[in-house]
Amino acid sequence: MKPAITINNIVKFYGAKSNKTEALSGISFNVNEGELFGIIGPDGAGKTSLFRILTTLLLADEGEATVDGYDVVKYYKEIRKRAGYMPGRFSLYQDLTVEENLEFFATIFNTTIEKNYHLIKDIYIQIEPFKKRKAGKLSGGMKQKLALCCALIHKPSVLFLDEPTTGVDAVSRKEFWEMLKKLKQQNITILVSTPYMDEAGMCDRVALLQSGKILSIDTPDGIIEQFQKDLFAVRSSKMLPLLNDLKICSEVEDAYFFGAYHHVVMKHKNEEQQLKNYLSKYAGDGLEINAIRPNIEDCFMALMKNTE
Amino acid sequence: MNDVKAITVDHLTKKFGNFTAVDNISFEVKKGEIFGFLGANGAGKTTAMRMLCGLSIPSSGNATVAGFDVYHQTEKIKKNIGYMSQKFSLYEDLTVKENIRFYAGIYGKSNEFIKNKTGVVIKDLHLEKEANKLVKSLPLGWKQKLAFSVAIFHEPEIVFLDEPTGGVDPVTRREFWNLIYEAAATGITVFVTTHYMDEAEYCNRVCIMVDGRIDAMDTPQQLKKACDAASMDEVFLKLARKALRSDT
Repeated sequence: MKPAITINNIVKFYGAKSNKTEALSGISFNVNEGELFGIIGPDGAGKTSLFRILTTLLLADEGEATVDGYDVVKYYKEIRKRAGYMPGRFSLYQDLTVEENLEFFATIFNTTIEKNYHLIKDIYIQIEPFKKRKAGKLSGGMKQKLALCCALIHKPSVLFLDEPTTGVDAVSRKEFWEMLKKLKQQNITILVSTPYMDEAGMCDRVALLQSGKILSIDTPDGIIEQFQKDLFAVRSSKMLPLLNDLKICSEVEDAYFFGAYHHVVMKHKNEEQQLKNYLSKYAGDGLEINAIRPNIEDCFMALMKNTE
Repeated sequence: MNDVKAITVDHLTKKFGNFTAVDNISFEVKKGEIFGFLGANGAGKTTAMRMLCGLSIPSSGNATVAGFDVYHQTEKIKKNIGYMSQKFSLYEDLTVKENIRFYAGIYGKSNEFIKNKTGVVIKDLHLEKEANKLVKSLPLGWKQKLAFSVAIFHEPEIVFLDEPTGGVDPVTRREFWNLIYEAAATGITVFVTTHYMDEAEYCNRVCIMVDGRIDAMDTPQQLKKACDAASMDEVFLKLARKALRSDT
């Protein structure tokens, strides 16, 4: 399969020479054509810097990258014709209406709304009742949908979505990912970033990014399979003392809150019985110990600790 | 468990023209409780929170915060609460120490109090080396932990946290919740909003707003039972999907 995006040893610094901050420390990976690829990482991981380099809005200090076969420095004009970009911050014209914004973006790319309407139809019909409303007066969820339409109207071959679901509630987040799945069927390559670990499962492949470094790249299942340790979900009616006890247990590598349970990473395999014995004093407090499969957040935390 | 009420809300309503943003809500929060306030975008959370912080006068109904009335004693409320959000917390161009000094000064704390407590807070957060550095040079996770410590520096009765952990890495997010537990253990009441449903599980009680009204309010365990759901994420999706009023 032909890569839609290639990234080769990209480095980016900010600040004066004496006080440099490294935002990206030698990132390399490829995104295949038609792939839905997620960059998962917290704020400050370097997600936006990478997006801005790929969309030709920022120059890397080292390394090369291509989008749709074109070098991001030499052929930036070609990329701008082919890429759709939805920045993290809402950047449409607030005092133009919904319709006018869409018309504007279609026109500057030498196309018309009619020509590519099929691409945006499913999304646009949800905001069409408000097409005469100024973009600045839209609610967060509607702005997000309009921004996606504007990024799609010139039929890009690669779509860059920088944190489209940040600050959006759980219901709207699920809806947004359903829209992305549909877009994928139109054979558009999508690079999307998110700080929400639970969204990783919606991607074909993900890169886990932390402090400018890639912790891991694989399919969501592949990342989970790399987690070699035994993991348990533990709870009782006394959650705080339980966590403190788990943290000082010599068989336990790591223990942390995870929703209604504590997740416990064991140092060695097959030590469930040792854990049970150790926690026997909680037997009267509704103690539950279940072996579980890790999720992406467990993997991210384990990888973060390994690189520290 | 102690039964002192930190917040009482009684048929509280806020209208903007024809639009009822908060529609007749009632609840109480006990002193030292961690109270999660959830809802979809546009459900009315921010409007409700602004009334409780003394920033917006209700259209009808009653509410008290730290014993003070939200109509007539808003300045007293402001003195007795702490507030932090993901969007606005600290001044980036002031140092760690200057931020503490500034906030504590606004709340009228004495120089001696500020001096003594600054040392303790900086030590607890392991920020000794960064104490005289600009806040903008700190990683986001450290900023958020510092912002929380600053929000409760003046020892308020209640602290309001508006999506305090948005975008924070998973390890720091948990360290942040540790700070919340420690604060609650000292008797500070915590009123918190979040989009992370695993965090809803860490609250003593959770209230879910839908279309300006309170749709459910209970312990996470009871809510899961009542909705026949395995997680708070499922509870939230079941309840919030019913919303007629949509922000999306």
